[in-house]
Amino acid sequence: MPETPIYGPGRVPVKLVVNGQTHLLNLLPSETLAEVLRGELGLTGTKVVCGMGDCGACTVWLGSKPVYSCLQLAIDCQSQPITTIEGLKRNGELHPVQQAFIADDAFQCGYCTSGQVMSMAALLERNPDPDEEAIRSAVAGNLCRCGAYPKIVRAGKRAAEMLRVSKEREAPGE
Amino acid sequence: MAKLVKTKVEVEGEVSEEYALVQEPLTTPWDVEEELKVVGKPVPRVDGEERASGAAHYPSDIRLPGMLHAKFLRSPYPHARVRRIDTSRAEQLPGVRAVMSKDNAPATPWNNKRPIFDDVARFAGDEVAAVAADTLTIARQALRLIQVDYEPLPFVLDPEAALHDDAPKIYPDGNLLDGEPTKYERGDVELALAEADVVVEGTFETPTQVHNSLETHGSVVTWEGDQVVVYDSTQNVFGVRDCVARWLGLDRNRVRVVKQFMGGGFGSKLGTGKYTVAAALLAKRTGRPIRFFLDRTEENIAAGHRHATRQYLRVGAKRDGTLLAIDLRSYTALGAYSAWGAAVGGPARELYNCANVRTYEYNVFTNIGPQSAFRAPGYVEGMFGLEILMDELAGQLGMDPLELRIKNYAARSPLNNLPYSSNGLLDTYEEGARAIGWDKRQQLDRTGTRRRGIGMASQIWGGAGAPPSYARVQVQSDASVTVITGTQDIGTGTKTILAQITAEELGVPLDKIRVEIGDSEWGLYSILSGGSMTAATVGPAVREAAADAKGQLINLAAQFLQVRPSTLTLNDGVIRGVKRRRPIEKRLAEILGELGDIMVIGNGSRAPNPDGVAIRTFGAQFVEVEVDIETGAVRVIKVVASHDCGRILNPLTTSSQIEGGVLQGMGYALMEQQIVDPKTGVVVNPNLENYFIPTMLDVPEIQVHMIDRADPNINNLGAKGVGEPPIIPTAPAIVNAVYDAIGIRFRSIPLTRDRVLDALERQQTSDIRQQTGVSG
Ligand code: FES
Ligand code: FES
Repeated sequence: MPETPIYGPGRVPVKLVVNGQTHLLNLLPSETLAEVLRGELGLTGTKVVCGMGDCGACTVWLGSKPVYSCLQLAIDCQSQPITTIEGLKRNGELHPVQQAFIADDAFQCGYCTSGQVMSMAALLERNPDPDEEAIRSAVAGNLCRCGAYPKIVRAGKRAAEMLRVSKEREAPGE
Repeated sequence: MAKLVKTKVEVEGEVSEEYALVQEPLTTPWDVEEELKVVGKPVPRVDGEERASGAAHYPSDIRLPGMLHAKFLRSPYPHARVRRIDTSRAEQLPGVRAVMSKDNAPATPWNNKRPIFDDVARFAGDEVAAVAADTLTIARQALRLIQVDYEPLPFVLDPEAALHDDAPKIYPDGNLLDGEPTKYERGDVELALAEADVVVEGTFETPTQVHNSLETHGSVVTWEGDQVVVYDSTQNVFGVRDCVARWLGLDRNRVRVVKQFMGGGFGSKLGTGKYTVAAALLAKRTGRPIRFFLDRTEENIAAGHRHATRQYLRVGAKRDGTLLAIDLRSYTALGAYSAWGAAVGGPARELYNCANVRTYEYNVFTNIGPQSAFRAPGYVEGMFGLEILMDELAGQLGMDPLELRIKNYAARSPLNNLPYSSNGLLDTYEEGARAIGWDKRQQLDRTGTRRRGIGMASQIWGGAGAPPSYARVQVQSDASVTVITGTQDIGTGTKTILAQITAEELGVPLDKIRVEIGDSEWGLYSILSGGSMTAATVGPAVREAAADAKGQLINLAAQFLQVRPSTLTLNDGVIRGVKRRRPIEKRLAEILGELGDIMVIGNGSRAPNPDGVAIRTFGAQFVEVEVDIETGAVRVIKVVASHDCGRILNPLTTSSQIEGGVLQGMGYALMEQQIVDPKTGVVVNPNLENYFIPTMLDVPEIQVHMIDRADPNINNLGAKGVGEPPIIPTAPAIVNAVYDAIGIRFRSIPLTRDRVLDALERQQTSDIRQQTGVSG
């Protein structure tokens, strides 16, 4: 696998690490990360709604940063691990953000949910104690046509609380 | 013994009489006061984990081996004759497997009796041909190779202009649907207006609102043996089944339609898509599965929308506020194909107690994409004009706007003089006014550059539900329960409430119940998921089926335990009773486990609605806004949404629906509008970049107030629908609040900044004129 990607012409070898698993693929340089995740890898939890950076439904993590996977070429995503909604479980348990989304009914049709969850979880990973404004702006780039927004805010708060409690349990007296 | 009955069915504001085959009911409504164990509780969704973990499979996620991708070629002209079409170069492109156009598609009539690919294109985006290819990229390339000889024709966008004699004709017999307006009249409107102390009038305009469901319209179609299987993002699996069967000349049991999840519909996915039928035909032609999904642009231009309206409205009243007359003439821009117009006159006809009402609704074909149902179609548009003009009337009379509404409250349905099965409108007024601080609205700050105001508006809508709907409750020998019915969950939480109803009636724990819906293969028919009908239609059928199963279980347990059935109960999965004065307690699973592979099957159907009552949902919304007079920005601060939909089956999912309705109504009032270039007839904002919908940063505080009183006179649940009501009053309530803040009465939406700034400027100029005595 070469260090710097070859940009074609035609299909080129691409190595992606997705949810901890390495995939060796032959891709067209024009293929987006979203297309590859959904089409090649069958990870259809990531949705494509607009394909042009307007909606956030395709949000995944590149390293620890949430990105719109419809705007990333897969070939450019070889240097960092990728996490999708399917890879958010820890030890077989749903991520606290996922649990909170269920408890607070932070979805209706659910089509925006993967993106919302990835954005919210990314916030909590870097800021475990967010105020309401931080919660809102974390998902400001994630459209929800069903209008689940009020419940998404609630779920964000609940998830932060859950994370805080579990951290305290891990490190008592700190 | 099943009975054939005739029953009134209301779908999206349209009432019709239909037959239904129903069984003698086993259940009676739960007592209004009865505290239920599972129903009415905030139970999280039973399929929540699938949604939150990415495991849910939406139709657009389906990938099948050998699957081809299909695309439409669309007309670039809003109106054109398709003289000749040459597909030969496209057909020769490697990877192209089929091309279909007017030259080789079946002649079966589609909408408005026109073929699926017609020789006239009637809007910019009308389907001209379809291609199926190995990849989406090849399909797109192939579209560019199709040569079409168009003869552009004159086009018309405005519904009133489309009625002029010299307007371009979209259909040979003219542009007015049915050749005449839909007319309704009671009393003598002209006389009443002449006798009124006060008459207010206005012209109201509402924009084209696009659903923009996050999952676009589309299907994946494949043949499995002698059956065609359709994975479809639809609100109506049986409607799609019947349409595909008709097109392919198949029996209905040879078509299976599956929709486990869908990414929104809001009314736009009630019909069968041209893409579905085209995919079925292409699958037949190529022998391969076909994936045919629209892209975001197509979703905006060709997949339905709320029609734009212009409404001429007059209201007359006595000095004391008594309404004497309502007169409405409305024009709706149907687009090129829709064969129905939504009931814009509905609110004028039935919200208030008024003896003289006339509504003339002109539904007019225009050269844009076809309209389709959009959450409370017609009532959203009609309520906008009526409730703004009611505020203006209150202003003229020097009355409190809420007082005026209470004064004209209709205790019986003005449409047929029947009593309502229940009516909580006055309660929603009271509750909403209290929660927003209606009496203290004078104290709001209106001095600085950010001015606050409060406004309100009312809501009326159907939501009764109706037969036919059938359900089956199966109890397996391990006492696990499967509920089967033919409905679909469009995002509202249908599976969850059906599980709750089953748990309540049957007496088994919620986690033992699995609900199977969204698949026509189960065979148990249920009506489409629209018109706020699902809960009140399917829920009662499921309760019947659960009651039937429970009766059988008790009977079976009684025989097994050798006691009389009347001595036994089933609760939480445990059979309890008395035998020879000694208490018996045995888990249902234990009893069934000893009986081998037996199975208990309970059947149920939806009983007809009662005669002699009008069934309606009611509500009111109160809104506080802040208008920035320097930027023209209108910000909604708080919405109190107070609704009466009978018994609330699940307050958690119900409040989600109400919040969602409010937010779509807020989008309608403040930012949503499809813009068509008048010179070219082309939509200029067919995407989420330029068609704005509310984001997280626009969301106000929303207080949901549910009256939550079971309606004892309707179905065995006492519940009515809630999906559509909450979008109805939001826009006029916001506009009325803006008036309260800055003294400007808007009659068109959305209230974009430029529109607000223009109005503020005009207000200032006229203030200056008044101060300096300049007229005109
Ligand atoms: S699909 Fe990537 S931002 Fe919309
Ligand atoms: S839950 Fe439907 S779009 Fe967000």
